Amino acid sequence: MSEIVHSFTVTIPIWSPYVTPVELASATSEQLAAMKVTPSNKGVSPYVLTLAHDPESLAVRSPLFNLIMYGKDGLSPAERELGALSASVVNRCIYCAAVHASRFISYSGRNDVVEEIFADERDATLEARQQALFNFATKLSTTPIEASADDARALGEAGLSELEQIDLVLSAAIFGWANRLMHTLGEPLARQEAP
Amino acid sequence: MTTLIETIAGVPVASRLGQALLARAEILRLSEAAHDAVLLPREPGGLSHGLRAALAARMCRHVGDEALTAHYESYLAHASDLDLATLARPDGVCGDPLHDAMARHTDLLTLSPREATRQDIVSLKAAGASEADIVRLSELAAFVNYQLRVLAGLKLLKEVEAR
Repeated sequence: MSEIVHSFTVTIPIWSPYVTPVELASATSEQLAAMKVTPSNKGVSPYVLTLAHDPESLAVRSPLFNLIMYGKDGLSPAERELGALSASVVNRCIYCAAVHASRFISYSGRNDVVEEIFADERDATLEARQQALFNFATKLSTTPIEASADDARALGEAGLSELEQIDLVLSAAIFGWANRLMHTLGEPLARQEAP
Repeated sequence: MTTLIETIAGVPVASRLGQALLARAEILRLSEAAHDAVLLPREPGGLSHGLRAALAARMCRHVGDEALTAHYESYLAHASDLDLATLARPDGVCGDPLHDAMARHTDLLTLSPREATRQDIVSLKAAGASEADIVRLSELAAFVNYQLRVLAGLKLLKEVEAR
């Protein structure tokens, strides 16, 4: 039995569900369509198999998620990942934080930013533009929502265009969704060291 | 067609923010489709449309969005299961152990998702929730929280631009 990961890390854990995932062999045609299973694509993660219990939601959420995180123009891919990471830190989704911190680093090369966020979490001290993004996205992720007009104004002052600001709202918000699935329906387990 | 998020956010189309939002029309359209899939699914399982509306209104009250609360209250007013209406209040109970357990879980996912553990899923199962209904409930809570945060964010951006 692998250890549960409780600390933020860039080493991507294994996600282990608390509910029994749908079995691919007995999945309905609607579930297969929602999971985008095709004869040439049978690699489906336990996470997607778990969400396949609600195929109507899964079928819509996947394209929405992809458009928010990987759509063209607007906020850079790295800064969308920073929005995702901000929400994941507030909601303490260890798995989501690991995946999106890793992607942030691969887009930006900035391990130091992730190290600072993982060390000080919401008190992280960052460069001006990243600080404005991080503050707004984390405060939009809390309940009650702490983000204020001052936090929003800081985005414009840091040089974000209107479209970039909208993209930040969307990337933080979609992780308000993703974190509430990934962190509450399963747990992150440490990968075993290779023998 | 104008989506629910656009209607409630009320960003003037002629503003710079409104023009930028046009570039995200497909995201707004998919957000509306997600709303329909989560609030009005063809296959609702153990979560009736009325229960979904009540829980959605409850979450909106937790976060304090009056317009979105009113939207889900209007759905609830058209639902036949009136005994669920008390669940739309943040501290409301309906007396049915399963539905009350679901309401507590939506509270957890809205107020402090970081505190959620395996035990919360065990409790739902003990109250009689099927595994498929646990996923449906989680998607409902997760979606409404997404919608609440998109709206809160857009309203803040609108407020700043209007000054």
